[in-house]
Amino acid sequence: MQTKLSVSIGKLKLKNPVMVASGTFGYAEEFKDFIDLSGLGAIVTKTVTLRPRRGNPPPRTCETPAGMLNSIGLENPGLESFIHDKLPVLKKIGIPIIMSVASEGDLEEFIELVKRLDKINEIAALELNLSCPNIKRTGLISQDPEATYSLVKAVRKKTKKTLITKLTPNVTDITKIAKQAQAAGSDAVSLINTLTGMSIDVNKRTPKVACIIGGLSGPAIRPVAVRMVWEIYREIKIPIIGMGGIMDTASALEFFIAGASAISVGTANFINPKVSLEIISGLKQYLSRNKIRDINQLIGSIRT
Amino acid sequence: MFQIKGKILYNKKVKGSYFHLALEAPDIAKESLPGQFLNIKVSNTYEPLLRRPLSIHSVRGRNIEVLYEVVGKGTKVLSEKGPGEVLDVIGPLGNGFTFNSWAHGLAGSRTILIGGGMGVAPLVFLADKIAGLRARGTKFKAQVLIGAKTKGNIICEKEFKDLGCSVKSATDDGSYGFKGRITDLLKNILRSASYDLPITIYACGPRLMLKEISAISRKYGIPAQISLEEHMACGIGACLGCVVNTKQGLRRVCKDGPVFNADEINWK
Repeated sequence: MQTKLSVSIGKLKLKNPVMVASGTFGYAEEFKDFIDLSGLGAIVTKTVTLRPRRGNPPPRTCETPAGMLNSIGLENPGLESFIHDKLPVLKKIGIPIIMSVASEGDLEEFIELVKRLDKINEIAALELNLSCPNIKRTGLISQDPEATYSLVKAVRKKTKKTLITKLTPNVTDITKIAKQAQAAGSDAVSLINTLTGMSIDVNKRTPKVACIIGGLSGPAIRPVAVRMVWEIYREIKIPIIGMGGIMDTASALEFFIAGASAISVGTANFINPKVSLEIISGLKQYLSRNKIRDINQLIGSIRT
Repeated sequence: MFQIKGKILYNKKVKGSYFHLALEAPDIAKESLPGQFLNIKVSNTYEPLLRRPLSIHSVRGRNIEVLYEVVGKGTKVLSEKGPGEVLDVIGPLGNGFTFNSWAHGLAGSRTILIGGGMGVAPLVFLADKIAGLRARGTKFKAQVLIGAKTKGNIICEKEFKDLGCSVKSATDDGSYGFKGRITDLLKNILRSASYDLPITIYACGPRLMLKEISAISRKYGIPAQISLEEHMACGIGACLGCVVNTKQGLRRVCKDGPVFNADEINWK
């Protein structure tokens, strides 16, 4: 049976709804020996800031039950070096490149970044990382509905590119934030970023990551992510990109059924670099086995 | 770099908690160099979740060998695998030891290989390559220093001797060989060394040992290549989890290393 996997996110047309999550796929070149990158729906880059960022001190990762903590701290080469060294490699792949961006400081810096990226045609969409838990600041933008609204609104004025707002799960009610992102003109929301967590070496009595608190990812967080996608799906009209502990086709399907229009594979890339392509073929098989012609029919199809 | 399914030929206890694993992995075997590593998926469940990076101990034809110590969940699960089972393996990864440049440039050279504890594992592969160069008529001398807590932790002595290396050991408790730290034994050797041949040090072991070797290397003006260890998530340079502080800034142990020149590292 012919099945249709293509989906739309804002102005972005994806040939299939499987992408790789920011921070888990570098700038793609690290994976080229293992998979045919052109088979992916899209690539979301590691977050880029205006200036280069050194990131946090090591140790930066540790393993936890069915998951891991990371505290990388948005290490990246900065915008100029991204454009010169990373983008040429990415654009050769021939699939949409979604650039994850963040500001280390104020709103002005974000605006500056977005204005410069708006002129670069090879970048198909921007994902606003308002939710990295690993940079020192009193609170995350995406923990505050008003701050989320103001930022997305300001950025919206500066670019016509598809805008995706990435949300943190470290909030009381994520639907409030999602609604503000929508109201401010975001074309989609992506969720979840990592849950903050902590792990202790009991022999040394020291935290296992140097910054003490890190972001938890992996299958351990999947039920939280699925729940949040489902909650948001009932409250907003813009598409949702779901992520959080997707390890295989079955776990990807949970997100579509809960309401995601597309999914991102994150931590699983570390364990199996081929996993996103395996999920794409798994989705085709599922649709055809269940006589569903179009993946769009699956989105939000949960029976409660 | 390959991601392959490798059949286990054997996975047997050497002594104590040390295991020797051999896998059929022709693609990886063909490209592997001493100091590079494999990232092995030890379980199909989420416990443990991440792969385990283990250095390449030896390459024999189509097969690749790993020597490891059972220290936690991952290596415990690995030690329970038997012949015929298949492991998902990524490799060879990282940058290994540099030995060809001097091999072609110098008429003769002296190398000191220093392994602390499990750190001997990749050095056997290096000793094998050096033996190969010697067999082709070059005059390389390879001396091996093995350091461990106690006699029961001294491994690979016979392998090094079979490869034509002279071997000295040191144990913290004096139960075997020199009593004291391996770096003290190294200093003794260097003090009495006749510098008839240029010396290069190759080392792998605990961080404190490597730090001390860096200091010795600087003091005596002897180049040292050291293999570092850091907790890794991806092993292929994408996650930026395993960085080390160097003179060129933070660098990835998995991709830019694991072998670095000792004078590049900023030790805290």
